[in-house]
Parts: sequence; C-alpha cells; structure tokens
Amino acid sequence: MITLDAKIPDGPLEQKWIGYRSTAKLVSPANRKQLQVVVVGTGLAGSSVAASLGEMGYQVTCFCFQDSARRAHSVAAQGGVNACKNYKNDGDTVFRMFYDTIKGGDFRSREANVYRLAECSANLIDQAVAQGVPFAREYSGYLSNRSFGGVQVSRTFYARGQTGQQLLLGAYQALMRQVAAGTVTLFPRHEMLDLVTIEGKARGIIVRNMDNGAVERHGGHAVVLASGGFGKIYYLSTLAMGCNASAIWRAHKRGALFANPSWTQIHPTCLPQSGDYQSKLTLMSESLRNDGRIWVPKNRDEHRAPNNIPESDRDYYLERRYPAFGNLSPRDISSRAAKERIDAGYGVGALKNAVYLDFSRAIAEQGKQRIEEKYGNLFSMYQKITGVDAYEEPMRISPAAHFSMGGLWVDYELMTTIPGLYALGEANFADHGANRLGANSLLQACVDGYFIAPATIPNYLANEIKSGPVSVDHPAFAETEEAALRQLQQLLGIQGTAPSDHFHKALGTILYDKCGLSRSRAGLEEAITQIRSLRDRFYADLLIPGGPDLNSELEKAGRIADYLELGELMCYDALTREESCGAHFREEHQTPDGEAVRNDRDFAFTSAWEWTGIGQEPALHREPLHFDYVTPTVRSYK
Amino acid sequence: MQIRLKIWRQENRAKQGRLVDYDLPNVEPDMSFLEMLDMLNERLVRQRERPVEFDHDCREGICGQCGVMINGRAHGPLPNTTTCQLHMRTFKDGDTIYVEPFRAAAFPIKRDLKVDRSAFDRIVQAGGYTSASTGGAPEANSIPIRHDVAEAAFDAAACIGCGACVATCKNSSAALFTSAKITHLALLPQGQIETRRRVRQMVLQTDKEGFGHCSNTEACQVECPQQISVLYIARMNWEYNRAVFY
Repeated sequence: MITLDAKIPDGPLEQKWIGYRSTAKLVSPANRKQLQVVVVGTGLAGSSVAASLGEMGYQVTCFCFQDSARRAHSVAAQGGVNACKNYKNDGDTVFRMFYDTIKGGDFRSREANVYRLAECSANLIDQAVAQGVPFAREYSGYLSNRSFGGVQVSRTFYARGQTGQQLLLGAYQALMRQVAAGTVTLFPRHEMLDLVTIEGKARGIIVRNMDNGAVERHGGHAVVLASGGFGKIYYLSTLAMGCNASAIWRAHKRGALFANPSWTQIHPTCLPQSGDYQSKLTLMSESLRNDGRIWVPKNRDEHRAPNNIPESDRDYYLERRYPAFGNLSPRDISSRAAKERIDAGYGVGALKNAVYLDFSRAIAEQGKQRIEEKYGNLFSMYQKITGVDAYEEPMRISPAAHFSMGGLWVDYELMTTIPGLYALGEANFADHGANRLGANSLLQACVDGYFIAPATIPNYLANEIKSGPVSVDHPAFAETEEAALRQLQQLLGIQGTAPSDHFHKALGTILYDKCGLSRSRAGLEEAITQIRSLRDRFYADLLIPGGPDLNSELEKAGRIADYLELGELMCYDALTREESCGAHFREEHQTPDGEAVRNDRDFAFTSAWEWTGIGQEPALHREPLHFDYVTPTVRSYK
Repeated sequence: MQIRLKIWRQENRAKQGRLVDYDLPNVEPDMSFLEMLDMLNERLVRQRERPVEFDHDCREGICGQCGVMINGRAHGPLPNTTTCQLHMRTFKDGDTIYVEPFRAAAFPIKRDLKVDRSAFDRIVQAGGYTSASTGGAPEANSIPIRHDVAEAAFDAAACIGCGACVATCKNSSAALFTSAKITHLALLPQGQIETRRRVRQMVLQTDKEGFGHCSNTEACQVECPQQISVLYIARMNWEYNRAVFY
C-alpha cells in the first residue's frame, strides 16, 4: 500500500524551508566523492542540479538526448523569469508572489512548495547575473523588469525574447566548468531506457547511446529525472521534436506515482496548422496580446479578406465575454474562448482553425514604428513562417499544447515515491497547480536545480555512505537491461507498414479532440477505447527500417510506445476529476454562460496514479490539499 | 511544387558517401525545409528504405541543432536563417536542391547529414564560463552594468552554437563561435577576472580541435542565424594579445 507523505516541514509557512535546511542531514566533503548521482536531462533543472552537485564534490553522471547539453528545450522559452525583488517598489513580496502563483494555479497546488518557490526566486537572479546572464537593464545600469501574465506588479526579468536561452547558457556553462573539473561526466546523445531499482531504491539507469546503438548501465546512489514536459504527446505542440515522456514514464512503470497527468497548458497565441505535413506550432509571445485585438467574423460563411470585413461584422469575443480583462485574459480562458468560436464554425483561414490577432488599431494609434520597436522580431518571425505581413493584415493564431503541469508526484524534497529517485522542473507535478503563470516555468526549473535538490538530495545520500559503491554487475542491472533490449527488438521486429509518426499524429488528434481544451465523460471514455485500439495497431503495424544502430525511427518509436500508454492515463485522470479547474475544463461542470465550476469540497486533492499494467485501469491515490494561509476563491475575469 | 533533391547519403564515417537523387512531386510552398525532409523520410520508410538522418529539434531557430548545406550554403539561400526557419516558398517549382552535411575536419560525420559538433562543448569547457558556484552570488543590483554594455554582451551571447560559421568558412574556422563567448564574458564585470586565462585556453582548445584560422573573409556573419558580428573576432584577437603580451 502506497502512502503519500508530502513531508511538509512543521512550523509557519515562512519558517518551513529555513527550518528544513537547518536540520537536514549533511554529507561531509570527504565522503561526497564516494557518492554518485545520475542526472537525466540537461535543461535548466538538469544542468543546474548537475553543476551544483558537482561543485559540492559529488560524482555526477549526466545524460541528454540532444547532441549538446546546450540544446535542451529550456532554450526556447521567450518571455522571462519571475522573481520578487521588488526593484520597482511596487509592493511585491514573497507572500504576494506566492499568492499570485497559487491563485493562478486555481488552488490546486501545495502551499509550502509554492511559498518556497517564491522565497528562492530572488536568489536565482543573483546567481544568473553572477554567471554572466545578460538580463535587460535600465540606462542607470540596474536590472529592468516588465509585467507579465496579468499580475499587478512588475517582477519579470528578461533577456530580450531569449530569456530561456540565456539562463540555459548560464547553467550549461556552469555544467561545462564541472565537466572540465572532472566532477561531472556528460553523456550527450544518450537516452534513458529504464530505471534500475535494487531493494526498492533507485540505483541507476539503462541508457542507449543513440550514435552507435550500444545499451549501457550506469549506477548511482540517487537518480534525478529532469527530462522536461510531455506536451509533444499531442504531436502538434510548441515543444521540440525530441521532447518526450520516456524517462518519467518508465520510472512510473517501475513504481513512481504520476500526478495530474491531464493538466496540459494549451497556449492561446500560436501559429495555426496549415497542412497535414506540419510538425510544429510555433509560439508567438503572449506579449502580443498587449496591443493586438482578437476577433472572428460574425458570419459563419464569411469569405471576405479580413481587411474588407467591416467593424460591424466582427466579433471581438474576448472583449465581449470578459470586459474587465478583454484580450489580456489568462491563457486557459483565452484558449478556451478561441476553441469555442472555432468549433462553432467561426474560425478563419483555409482550414477555418484560427482566429485573428489584429494590430490595425494599435498601429493607427501608436504608429507602425512604435509597434515595430515592441514586436519587430515577432512580426518578422511570423512573416518568415507564414509569408504574411502582419502590419498589413491580421495575424492568424490558434491554441497549441505547451506546458505539462502534471508529472511525477514528488514530496517536499522533490523525491518521488521511489526512494532515491527525484524529479525536477517540468518533469515533476510541482508548483503550478492546474494552470501555470507566465514566466514561472524557468523559475521553477532553476529553483529546483540550483537550490532545492542540492539541499534535499544530501539528506538522502547521508544514509547511503555505508552502502558502498553501486555495482552495475548486480542482477537487477542485468534484468533491466535485458528488458530494455527486448523492447528494442520487439519494436524493430514488428515490420508492419506504417512509420511511427503515423501513430503519433493519430494519438495527437484523439487527445486534442477529447482530452484537450475541453473534456467530457463520453469523449474521454471514447478516447480510452480509441487509444487502446491505436496501441494495438501500433504493435501490429509499426515499420522501422534498419537496425539498432543510429536510427531515428527507432528513437521515435520508443517514445511513441510510451505516449500511447501515457495518453490513456491522461484520459483516466481527466475522467475522474469531476470539476473544472485551470487547464482542465469538463463540459459537465460549467456555469450557464460557459465558465468553469471548481469543486473544492470533493476535489481539493492531487491525483497521483499508480501503474497497474498495460490496458489495466490505473489506481488513484489522493493527496489532500490544505489551505491554511490562503482562502480559495473563484477566479473571475469578467 | 516539384522538387528534385540530391542528398548526401553516408552510412558512417568509415564508409564512402555519395549524392542520391530523390524526386518529390507534391511539395507545398508553406512547408518548412525540414518538413519537406520529413515527407521524403515518410515515403522512404513506407518503401522500407532507411530514412535520411538529419539533426533537428526545436524547429523555431533557437536550439542550434539543425543545419545542413543547401545548394552549397550553410542553412540555405536566405542570410541569417536556420535550416528549420527556411520554407519551400523560397524555392521554385522544378528546382534541384543539393543537400549536404556541414563539412569540417573538426565536425566528423555520423551518418548522412548528421555531424559531431562536440568540439564546441570542449571549447566552452576550456574556459567559457565565470567560476561562480551556486549559492555564493552577491545581490544582483550590487554591480550596475551600463545599458549599452549589457546589450552588447547579449548580442555576443546570442550565439546558438549551430556551426554554420564553421561550415561556411573556407578555412573551417571557429573564430566567430569562440570569439562570441569570449566577448560576451569579457564585456561583463562578472567575467573580467578570468578573461586572460579564458581567452588563452579557449583559443588553444579551438586550435587543438582542428579548426582552421580566420583569414577575415567575413563569410561567417552572413550565415550566422543570430547575426553575430565579426567585430568580436577582432575583440578576441585583442584580448588574446593582451593576455599573452601584457
């Protein structure tokens, strides 16, 4: 029987983290080099934890599937990173940031964790500046801030539209320094195939060298998964092509519970699909909504070009439905409202799958030059991809899968339900509740990696000194390796007729349709049946040419095999949560005018799922959420 | 659109490679270049042939993983554009397109269009960082940095490490890559203390990896997706001389 103990420290909210750190067990410097830690992933969370543990003197092995650690998808984050420095003297405090985040998450996250996130945020900016991250600065030479995501203070630090890239390069460089120092051994182009557990504890991983196909064993006294989010399960998403759930999913099948898997943020301002060849829906920064107005035609069978449609025939539906926030309504609300109009037949573009984002009024009021200064790079990116000049006609945008709020269940120490196995950054379910605020994802990944895990992992390792070096000759390594090899052979041996992308696209269509922006009991039940039969077809008809050497079709197939199981779990998760909260909107639970109805009495808990076998109904465990410092309220943007 | 592709196929580093012809009859102008390769690969898989291996990941021009020579130009015919941001509307119906890997002795080939760019990581390991360990950082605003200096540091730091500068250079020089990192950190007060050691070590490592020397043709900045300026190469040389002679 699994018991979920979040291990929240006693004491008042603001004393919990300092109290924890003051009493956590330590490992003396002389003992650290005898302890090995395996880190999977080199994004912000993975690079920062590997570098930090290396600096402390632990022996770290670090893995990524990209050809360089610097290419992990944290690199693509545009907008910024939040921190409550109160540089603007606008009343920002740790508590205010904590409150904004917990409310933004629709009161579905842990108070203690979220408070700690806000508490550690200020120090992260210090760390990044010391690494040479070139944040934007005022003419005075001091750091600049902007506001983001509807909060009333300016707490977002940014480096033009490339904040993720610059933070990641800071962490990557810290990691490279440790590689040179010999404390971290880096394995790029290595993908985790399975987790090795010995007597219930995480003891290492099985990986595949993607350049030559060799399957290898790597042992450690602790294993850290920082492998990012899985929004790519929808196939069309803002994520990189290689983003996957395989590391966390295979750990899940070894016993780690998976929390809130269905909570995926669908970002409202992305480029729409233009054909079935499309591989990616590029994100256009949310900042565009500061000056752009969103509309669709009032007539379903509108054939006129957008500039020829008069004002009287336009429906500015966000301004109509949410007059207080209008075009700046939060991501979940804006995405849902767009879907409602598109589904009702008012979509625009050749596939009628988009809405207009119109800058004509802003250009008329502020002049083209001012708009160019603010958004020039976005307008040129839009033109590069679509060939359309958005100064002359409205952009066409549509919602796309973006961020996984769900992930492996972790306690306050970021440890999963498997002792010695940790999950950091987007790979865990963490701090964002049912909806993530803009500029909080970079923050969470960094805080997990630089500050939290380096304090909590030693608390576990202190008891592992006596266990001696981990031998990869242990039978558990041999068994797990054999299972991994069997799976590779199984996939290669099917020799059917369809490439893996075919199944991935089909899965994405099912999930967008039935487990995306809006969900219903009937739809989810149908989706579960469809995913099961798609999975059967995958194992009957998959075709991978070539062998187990460098073979990108084999890499993709392994990831899709996992997605075909995770997709089913997402549907179960959405099915059992009979309420609407944040990104999770159940059609049965809405007000007469289409707003979400949360149910705090019955659903103020985290859903943590246990693997019970393929095609079996997973087992649900509940971690109740307690609100001692905030009072859950209804999020209204009317 | 009808496109004829001539793609470099090579099983591994030891085997001989060759250009192979593929005809694609139904290319959409709105496809990205990589989506066009996806379409080819889907066809090859369905014919039980090995697909063309190529590097790619974010497909929004920032990860630096994609990059091939297209008709002899790194990342294709548009200046300052990654391969993933190139669209088929740039080409004409009936065009023949040559697709080859980035070629440089320091970028050994893996398979088809994939090359090994780990030399770049080793150059950064030689000193492309500030030695600021986690936890000891002072308050961020305690050292003001002039706005224009911070902006210039950003311009240099924007490098995505794709290797187009090397691929386009007749000497296969990595001067633009190495100088961008040296300049980024040399401009900031946080990077000052280690500047002399950094420039010596990074230049030494760049030579060790087998990259050629810069002969100032400035071809690199034409292809660089982040428009990194060749002025940083001058800065690197200046820093190097200062470190060695003074």
